[in-house]
Amino acid sequence: MRNLISSVSPHFYGTRSTKNIMLDVIIALIPAAIASVIIFGLRSLLVIFTCVAVCVVSEWAFEKLCKKEQTISDLSAVVTGMLLAFNLPVTIPLWQASLGSIIAIIVVKLLFGGIGQNFANPAITARIIMMTAFSGTMTNWAAPTAFKLLPDATTSATPLAMMAKGELDQLPTYLDMFLGNRGGCLGETCVLALLLGGVYLLVRRVISWHTPAAFLGTVLLMSLICGKDPLYQLMSGGLMLGAFFMATDYSTTPNTPLGKIIFGVGCGLITVLIRFWGNFPEGVSFSILLMNILTPYISKLTRSKPLIGGAGK
Amino acid sequence: MKLHGVKVPHKKNTSLCVPEQIPDPGTVTIPMSMHIGKPAAVKVKRGDAVKVGTLIGEANGFISAPVHSSVSGKVLKIDELVMSGGMKVPAVAIESDGLFETDESIAKPDVKDFDSFVEAVKKSGIVGLGGAGFPTFVKLAVKDLSRVEAVVINAAECEPYITSDTRTILDRGEDLLRGIDAIKNYLGVKRFIIGIESNKPEAIAELKKLSAKAGYIEIKVLPPVYPQGGEKVLVYNTVGRIIPKGGLPLDVGVIVINCTTMAEIGSYLETGMPLVNKCVTIDGSAVNTPKNVIAPIGTPLEKLFDYCGGFKEEPSKVLYGGPMMGLAVPSLDMPVLKNTNAVIAMDEKEATPPKTTACINCGACINHCPLRLDPREISRAYKLDSAKDLCALHVDLCMECGCCSYICPANRPLVQTNKLAKSKLRTYLAAQKAEKEGEK
Repeated sequence: MRNLISSVSPHFYGTRSTKNIMLDVIIALIPAAIASVIIFGLRSLLVIFTCVAVCVVSEWAFEKLCKKEQTISDLSAVVTGMLLAFNLPVTIPLWQASLGSIIAIIVVKLLFGGIGQNFANPAITARIIMMTAFSGTMTNWAAPTAFKLLPDATTSATPLAMMAKGELDQLPTYLDMFLGNRGGCLGETCVLALLLGGVYLLVRRVISWHTPAAFLGTVLLMSLICGKDPLYQLMSGGLMLGAFFMATDYSTTPNTPLGKIIFGVGCGLITVLIRFWGNFPEGVSFSILLMNILTPYISKLTRSKPLIGGAGK
Repeated sequence: MKLHGVKVPHKKNTSLCVPEQIPDPGTVTIPMSMHIGKPAAVKVKRGDAVKVGTLIGEANGFISAPVHSSVSGKVLKIDELVMSGGMKVPAVAIESDGLFETDESIAKPDVKDFDSFVEAVKKSGIVGLGGAGFPTFVKLAVKDLSRVEAVVINAAECEPYITSDTRTILDRGEDLLRGIDAIKNYLGVKRFIIGIESNKPEAIAELKKLSAKAGYIEIKVLPPVYPQGGEKVLVYNTVGRIIPKGGLPLDVGVIVINCTTMAEIGSYLETGMPLVNKCVTIDGSAVNTPKNVIAPIGTPLEKLFDYCGGFKEEPSKVLYGGPMMGLAVPSLDMPVLKNTNAVIAMDEKEATPPKTTACINCGACINHCPLRLDPREISRAYKLDSAKDLCALHVDLCMECGCCSYICPANRPLVQTNKLAKSKLRTYLAAQKAEKEGEK
């Protein structure tokens, strides 16, 4: 008789793993990836592929060099690569996209201890660094070329930039906004695809409703109060992508329902502050990064309260 | 407010298997500690002749329980047995003569009032059969009976695989009713609530019949969410009260009794035969034919598996109880205990845990803890050796249900760390207390 294993309970294990959570996020991002190809042409795919490949390779190489355990099989580098690509204009030079991917994985994630330890969202931080470093190419918005295989040489402003400049007559229609037929980063424009992905994540319980509802709700409310068109505000910029995919990142956001609501409201407030009164037309990235920094404090304030009883009989 | 929990696979494969009496086990080994509290004192010596129901161990101290022989035959030896918890206890090995003769002293107990009722339960050797093994008479010996507003009967059976409580309801309704009736009469309790998970339709139907007969029993059908049968969870979900930290159900006016325990009380009151046989669910991925069996207490586990057609493949892990809170046994020579409600044998695949990876801060452990603890923070405080933080995080509230470890996508040993943290906190609090007393 072989020796029996002796270990403490539990002896059953759930079926969820980090890898299949990341796989769910990848699945949820696929509609927006397809939309980006339809809207901005095949080059979208090239940008996405470059970012994913560089992210995975840099994680592999870093861990190899530092003699650490390989973690690329948890697929989180793939998610970071996709999210970063979604936050870039389709015209971005590939070497810049690659540099951004290296920054996201090595500087923002691995130098802070790897998955679960980074305090800031890698994709968002890399995008902000790229905005500062390559402000020209990072705001070179290609006009949507829906259903054309090769992108036109024409460029166009994003709807938020148009609004900031007061060029209201050139704004796309609500339907164009919903379908993503507008200027912007390659993965952020198609509201329909992002909503599909968001609903998938909610159904699969990868994310909870608290963050997106608080984030979108705050933007909606503040737009109403400030006399802006709320629907337009919700569908503009990177809001949908940010609310469902970036502000719900586990490592960099609070993990209790109340914490998530505070986080979402904070993101919403900072977003509208920047959009309505700031120097930049768009503020979703900055809002999430700033709230990432506040996360440890929010977590401390909103820690789960144990049911110690004794109060009411 | 809703208490959190996890959805575990039910695997109630044996709920329709009528319990079968196993043949003469040959030799039984009966430990003197099958309950919480002091081990019983051995009353027999080598060579003594015993019969079914003969007292072989006497209750020793207030929280303790007597132990009886489960077979007729001769005492082979008095050994020391290392229990699953690592504690060494005396154990009486009895060679069965295969006749199962009943001890002459066994007779229907004379119960007239509260005191004689509690005394009878004490003599029966009955302990909490849901798994904890707390001596039942201690629970019933309430000083101020006016505090007891309700008795909650635990039939939730939320652990995967186990169906022995379900079988109690289906096969021993009369005993169950008699036990409840006795508590109603002698403790003067008016409210009885049976809590059961909705995944046992046959048992629920049977309970409805019983309650129609008795007229004063409420049936509360609960969602099948683990740990529905945890005392704190069950009390909250039946009477809506939270047992205070460190307190007992009685602090919120409730006594909780497992349904098989209740049926044993009922059966003892009728026959006077103490707790010597146990219905045990035999299941798990390594078992050939999962069954419910009735075995004399002290039967080596191997005999139970033999009766179930042996193993499909060599088991990697064998458990007393269910997979969420059960105890792994070191060998198949270990005996059936009073509080053994199931024995699970897992094959290599089922027993192999997934790899532990880095915490991704998903918060699943926090948002699935029935008592809303923060296992992630507790693990951190434990690593930092900060007993003060552990105290502030209320780790001593943890009932070790294992939801956190089960749900963790990184398969981190969360409840395992909680257990270590609890013991660290206990040591710290004891040292603090000693220091305070020293100052005086």
